[in-house]
Amino acid sequence: MATTTVQSAAGVTKTMVLNMGPQHPSTHGVLRVLLELDGETVVKAIPDLGYLHTGIEKSCEDKTYSQAITLTDRMDYLNPLGNNLVYCLAVEKLLGLEVPKRAQYVRVMLAELQRISSHLVWLGTHAIDLGAMSVFLYCFREREEILKIFELFAGQRMMTSYFRIGGLALEPPAGWRQAIDKFLKMMPSRVDEYEALLTKNRIWIGRTKGVGYISAEDAVALSMTGPTLRAAGLAYDNRKLFPYSSYEEFQFEVPTRTDSDCFGRYMIRIQEMRESLRIVQQALDKIPNEGPVRAEAPGIVPPQREKMKTEMEALIYHFKIFTEGFSPPPGETFVAVESPRGELGCFVASDGSPKPLRVHFRSPSFINLQALPKLIEGRLLADVIACIGTIDIVLGEVDR
Amino acid sequence: MAENDSQKANVVAEQLRSWKSDAVAEVIEFRGDTTIVVPREHLRAVAERCRDASELQFNLLSDATCVDRLPSEPRFELNYQLVSIPKRRRVTLQVRVPGSDAVVDSLTSVWPGAGWLEREIFDLMGVRFQGHPDLRRILLPEDWEGHPLRKDFPVEGHRDIPSASFGIRKGL
Repeated sequence: MATTTVQSAAGVTKTMVLNMGPQHPSTHGVLRVLLELDGETVVKAIPDLGYLHTGIEKSCEDKTYSQAITLTDRMDYLNPLGNNLVYCLAVEKLLGLEVPKRAQYVRVMLAELQRISSHLVWLGTHAIDLGAMSVFLYCFREREEILKIFELFAGQRMMTSYFRIGGLALEPPAGWRQAIDKFLKMMPSRVDEYEALLTKNRIWIGRTKGVGYISAEDAVALSMTGPTLRAAGLAYDNRKLFPYSSYEEFQFEVPTRTDSDCFGRYMIRIQEMRESLRIVQQALDKIPNEGPVRAEAPGIVPPQREKMKTEMEALIYHFKIFTEGFSPPPGETFVAVESPRGELGCFVASDGSPKPLRVHFRSPSFINLQALPKLIEGRLLADVIACIGTIDIVLGEVDR
Repeated sequence: MAENDSQKANVVAEQLRSWKSDAVAEVIEFRGDTTIVVPREHLRAVAERCRDASELQFNLLSDATCVDRLPSEPRFELNYQLVSIPKRRRVTLQVRVPGSDAVVDSLTSVWPGAGWLEREIFDLMGVRFQGHPDLRRILLPEDWEGHPLRKDFPVEGHRDIPSASFGIRKGL
């Protein structure tokens, strides 16, 4: 602990530099924040990151386009399907590939379930940071149900890699409708339960109302997106503004507020869970029982197993896809989707070879975290915990 | 680039051309997206114009990234993804930078959100940003040598790798 002296109006006072993290339970991973404190007030905050940097963007350049999908799961481990989605959309745009409607709807449905599960982890951990233990247990109970649905679809709970270039990895499994239907019947009352525990809770209000305020102008200038920007009053949501994967066919609201504090962001996320449930219900009604889940694109999308046993071409394509991959035309694309944390973008540049020239992820956690000093400077030390929680960072995505 | 058509009228490019004739070097249309190539010396002025002009209003800098096109020159290609929330429009600004003189103007004065994006590019690609208030490494340790996302940096890294069966494997 180092001490420095500063001149203040009242005379000579001392500030203390406090190192918070990287091993701190409330930093949701390995974030280090250097805090200069004057008593309990934060004078200056400097976030220090990179503890989880694994060079995913560099690794993508050394893999074929299909192989890189598995790496995207591992960035934002609370939103693996969203990461799969943005990467697949970017490569599909590069290829000019049209994905069948059935696959698009399944993608929407699972992406929205993923949003709910991500918000549940956020709510649980944010509440435990602020001292509400039971919410955490309830949230993880429901999240478990969503992970079971993912396991049913993909065979994996978290690192699903279920979305592939051109469609889905597998046909939706038997009994998937019943599983989703059961979840949809159970979930709305559970969201009410969380609200009953928190929304009018005096301690919760005391810890979150008026804490971590940021004006809409500052939020936009700092490139903040997602619930933080919507809580500041701007209805910026990629699903509405720049629809992808047939989102324009779904009815849903984009909740906004104007209080722009931790409580406002909490309310936004609660409402987003309800809106996501609406989208999942619509998707459930929309998805046809029959139909392709992969695009017809020989040489890019792997052929069906049955065809490989009877058709020579299918076998050759299968061999070529998994040995040398495919080569999209030279060009650059940028696709943005709405992840639970904000605008998740993927930039893919191709030079016409089977491996990408450059893959870059615009990760919302990384960019939203930039505003942390703005949220906490001049506030109390205890509010730092609330503010880190309210941005909803995932360090795997911040550092990539 | 495929479907390269500089003659095609794009609203943003037209606006910028009518404001300053040499602000736009090239317009690339690819898969429905527009990329406007801006000469390096005009980058900050063009960015300010994009943000402030009432018919453009690109108020959100979504992303900034860099592509290393080694061995071709100009080696580095910086892409800025701009979003206009009021106009529901996206556009990409592109600047090309030679490898021998990898410096561009920082856009932190236009969009403060560029701060960490530019630090990331500096860290991983080694492009310097003139006028950036705090240009330090952000993801890698301070004492890291080199810029790993450059094409001449091997995927395995430069460091010697200890191995139980073969002793120390020499780095590339």
